[in-house]
Amino acid sequence: MKIPLSWLKDFIDLNGLTPEDIARKLTLAGLEVDEILYVGLPMPVYKEGEKHEFKTNGIAWDKEKIVVAEIREVKAHPNADKLTLLDLFDGQQEQVVLTGAPNIFHLKGAGKLEKPIKVAYAKEGSTLYDGHADEQVLMTLKRAKIRGVDSYSMVCSEKELGITDESDGIIILDDDAPVGMPLADYIGDAVLDISILPNMARNANVIGIARELAALTGRQVRKQVDTYTGKQAGNGTRNTQHTTPNLQPVTDLVEIEITNPELNPRFVAGLIRNVEIKPSPYQIQRRLKLAGIRAINNIVDATNYAMLELGEPLHAFDYDVLAGRVGQVGNLPHKKIKISTRAAKDGEKLTTLDGVERKLTSTNVLVCDEKGSLSLAGVMGGSESEVSDSTKNILLEGAAWNFINIRRTAKQHNLPSEASFRFSRGVHPSLAELGVKRGLQYMAEWAGGTIAPDLVDAYPLKPKDSVVDVTSQDVKRLLGIDLTLEQIAELLTRLEFKCQITNNQLQVTAPPHRMDIAEGVIGLADVLEEVARSYGYDNIPTTTMADALPPQVGNPVHEWEEHLRDLLVAVGLQEIVTYRMTSPEREARLRASESYVRIANPIAPERSVLRRSLLTSVLEIAEKNARAESIALFEVGSVFEPNGSDLPFEPRKLAIVMTGSRTASAWDTHSAKDSPHFDFFDMKGRLELLLSGLRLPDISYTAAGASTALTSSRSSFGSANHLHPGKSAEVKVSGQAVGVFGELHPLAKEKFEFGDSPVIIAEFDLDLMRKLNPTYGIKAVPETPPIYEDIAIIVDDSVEANTVEALIRQTGGKTVTDVRLFDVYRGDQIGAGKKSLAYSLTYQSDKTMTDADAAAIRNKIVKRLEQTIGAKLRS
Amino acid sequence: MLDKLKEIEKSALESLAAITDQAALDSWRVAHVGRSSPLMQVFAGFGKLSKEEKPVVGAEANRVKGALESALEEKAAAVKNAALAKSLEEEKLDVTLPGRSVHIGRLHPSTQQLRRVLAILAEMGFQVYTSREVETDDMNFQMLNFPPDHPARDMQDTFFIEADGRSDNPILMRTHTSPGQIRAMREHAATNPQNPPPIRIALPGMCFRYEQITARSEIQFNQVEGLAVGKNITFADLKGTIADFVRRMFGEGARLRFRASYFPFTEPSAEVDVECFVCGGKGCQVCKNSGWLEILGCGMVHPVVLQNGGYDPKVYSGFAWGMGPERQLMLRNKINDIRYFWGNDVRFLEQF
Repeated sequence: MKIPLSWLKDFIDLNGLTPEDIARKLTLAGLEVDEILYVGLPMPVYKEGEKHEFKTNGIAWDKEKIVVAEIREVKAHPNADKLTLLDLFDGQQEQVVLTGAPNIFHLKGAGKLEKPIKVAYAKEGSTLYDGHADEQVLMTLKRAKIRGVDSYSMVCSEKELGITDESDGIIILDDDAPVGMPLADYIGDAVLDISILPNMARNANVIGIARELAALTGRQVRKQVDTYTGKQAGNGTRNTQHTTPNLQPVTDLVEIEITNPELNPRFVAGLIRNVEIKPSPYQIQRRLKLAGIRAINNIVDATNYAMLELGEPLHAFDYDVLAGRVGQVGNLPHKKIKISTRAAKDGEKLTTLDGVERKLTSTNVLVCDEKGSLSLAGVMGGSESEVSDSTKNILLEGAAWNFINIRRTAKQHNLPSEASFRFSRGVHPSLAELGVKRGLQYMAEWAGGTIAPDLVDAYPLKPKDSVVDVTSQDVKRLLGIDLTLEQIAELLTRLEFKCQITNNQLQVTAPPHRMDIAEGVIGLADVLEEVARSYGYDNIPTTTMADALPPQVGNPVHEWEEHLRDLLVAVGLQEIVTYRMTSPEREARLRASESYVRIANPIAPERSVLRRSLLTSVLEIAEKNARAESIALFEVGSVFEPNGSDLPFEPRKLAIVMTGSRTASAWDTHSAKDSPHFDFFDMKGRLELLLSGLRLPDISYTAAGASTALTSSRSSFGSANHLHPGKSAEVKVSGQAVGVFGELHPLAKEKFEFGDSPVIIAEFDLDLMRKLNPTYGIKAVPETPPIYEDIAIIVDDSVEANTVEALIRQTGGKTVTDVRLFDVYRGDQIGAGKKSLAYSLTYQSDKTMTDADAAAIRNKIVKRLEQTIGAKLRS
Repeated sequence: MLDKLKEIEKSALESLAAITDQAALDSWRVAHVGRSSPLMQVFAGFGKLSKEEKPVVGAEANRVKGALESALEEKAAAVKNAALAKSLEEEKLDVTLPGRSVHIGRLHPSTQQLRRVLAILAEMGFQVYTSREVETDDMNFQMLNFPPDHPARDMQDTFFIEADGRSDNPILMRTHTSPGQIRAMREHAATNPQNPPPIRIALPGMCFRYEQITARSEIQFNQVEGLAVGKNITFADLKGTIADFVRRMFGEGARLRFRASYFPFTEPSAEVDVECFVCGGKGCQVCKNSGWLEILGCGMVHPVVLQNGGYDPKVYSGFAWGMGPERQLMLRNKINDIRYFWGNDVRFLEQF
């Protein structure tokens, strides 16, 4: 909310405080100032290297050069029809100024004005915003000849002075503006843009901010004028007696019925007669504009001004329209206007001020008379009883509404307004009466008219002021500071709490404008927050927790996953983190799932469900990065599986995608294109390292094939249709399938935009893997020298390497400590349908072995291979 | 004979002096100290000398032999050094050519930052507690003192999940990690309901808000919360703990300030600003000229939350704070577009 300092000064003495001082105090107390906008007052000058504190913007008005002046005569320009020449007095001398302002044009040639017009006058050399630029662009006034007439100064518009973004004429100041006074002294201002948090709604008004500042500075809020006669207006307007006791009181003319006090705890109405609708005084318009509200006319402005000042939204009805609806004529006592409030009926309609016919539901509350509905309570008025230019008599409503109800209604009809903003955060019913009085008073001041005596006031549900007991021990226990009851009372009294000390405790009563203080243990927290704010968070010491350190038990699941990530990084994979939200169509590129956890309010169709396939997410990112020479990505994360109308399952998965060149290219080697591509065995090698890093025993790999469907409870990988049938494998640990990997099926790959190189993928179920028991033992490093020997055997092509290795190990026993395949050969030398497998064997035992020892074992192995799989030793 | 020896010595040394390479040196060795060299011939003809000559010539021949051998040794070393110097000269690299790279793996920047944060918290006694990403309204809001239709819900626009028959307690994407506070407190309280044990945990994880995806806002982001609950925990402890954390996270000299703020699940609540570490508080683009960076929100656990977690607010108190690893990275690394994080362009990821 935007608060002009000049307005704040109506309620608190700000002497000795710069705008930055004020902004700092408010910010630290929870009213964060986002920006200070200077509109005339001098701006702080930061030297090189000096600290800034706030975002600042705006313009300072030079006191020498920009002053209040009066126009004495408006003359025609000799050479331009659309320009006028103004004879003007700036307090020191007469000036002739050229203007094209439309709002002065009608006086052209009228001769000497009977009543001079007060304006903002900028002399040569002034710095202003350029009134003709679209944006705010600073310019300096220079001497020029316009159509043969010297021009060196100007009469300013609001845009040129930075009061508004656009304007359609020069500013016409109030008649009492002192000619010759620097404009900055007269209406120079600074505006604080303050974020209002939900618990600070009470401060979304000028008096609220003044009250906080008073508490923070130890100053007093000036007495709030609520007599509604003789308010001393901000800038020297008159003292007048506006009510006339002889008039018929409003209570004789209007009655109020509240059907549901929970929805409408209070309804107050007052009447003012014979107003003259016209623009508000310039000072009022300026303040409203600086606060971000358009100035409309004196009546609408009065409701807005009172709302911004006090926090109570008001609604003005055209009284004669209401009277007409029940047949009341003139001032004669006829039938009373009966105003009632009630929940709307489902399907009931109302045309609001904005001209929209709205279909209502029973959540909405209506203000009605006997003929029907008048306004959507607390949100927006109806069009029929709206104030118009010909309105004479005003019935002014101030009410209290249930904040939840208003919030729902404003959301339902998409009607965020100044009124609904406040009502939906809670406005205390005590403000209804104050607001109406204040509104009527401003109307009387700005529109003339006479206020009818009394107010109609239906107040069926008066909230109780909360009472909370506080002890010094409470303050010590929760805030960690030692304060006496007297000190606590002093801090709270500043914020208008009533405090009473009895029997070592402080009884605190919340002030009547506050809705946010509860009772009991919650009330205690509410009050202690106010103690802390009033004391100043900065003044509370910093201490080390004295409370016992709980047992440190760690988080094995989290630690296991972090270890897994480290291993994946160690084998050269880049971690990615992707969106949880995707669409069934996106996942169907790899494999479709039947059911999904669906977002009820997706931001976009392509983010309509929660992912079921982590692999698809990783493939999408690999695809996006497809221009990189080498891609090796992994993600560890949850997928989401529906569970009826209960919370979904969130199993943890690992997905890996590799594609592109195996080695990084360099200037002296092959180009990236010539490098071998990642293939099945690049993935398998990494997985072997990964699984051994996790210390998982008994790992086996079996061909996956198109028919493989890996399912266990909630760890389905689906069918393996997306895998190349000949280049894919299932990974088992101790007989338990935990993952699949292999080359992406050419048909699946076609659905993505990848280059030529194969795409290798892997998917693991982490919940299953985590539950497997790792083994941590190691083999001793042997002290005797090993014997190495190579053997090559020829077998049928269909024999799997797995089988051969298993036979070698089995036959060789524990003396054969390592079997490593180092060559696979197919070709003419060995005949069609055959392959040669060459193994490097390591023999090792406790004693130093001889070649003869090794040969004996080798012969046994070869014999076994011959017998079992028809192998032949290759010579 | 002595003259002849002198002559042999002189001519040998002269020819040695002219030698610059190993091949010439090898042939010099054969010619001047080899078996058939003139010097060796002198030794071979030794028997023919008279008794008087023998010792004189012998001594002189030995001297010459020694002189030639040491000259050879010296020359050999010189030749070798010269050859080495030459080859070193020739082996000069263009050291400005690029190095030979290898593909390496890296953690996602968010994981890296989460680890930094969690490592500090672990040392401070806050242990990791993780909980689910899809939550109930109850856990995400109501238990945390956000009643239905409360204005504070406007602060956290929410993704809801389609689920039949749950209008009073819909399913949603958690908007913060705080539902984990309730889950953790309840788990702890269940171990000893009469006298629940103290808690010190860190809650990391992905959170979701209904936002448009722009340079400044994302639909998902990580959060880490710290939670301490016990019988003797104060706002001053909160300040002390945060100050410790901030010092370790942002450096010894990091200045910070506490501003009053509002979160439904804490009271009193505060925002913590750290002096802008980019400009040192002088004002810059990163801190939007304010000199301060908003880095975390915190407060004393609200009595309603303690109650819902199974801890009696008359006996127990606690504090919690929350922060965003991505935001921290954006500030520290001057990242001006939050979409980089889940965009996963390797050219971004490789910089971490």
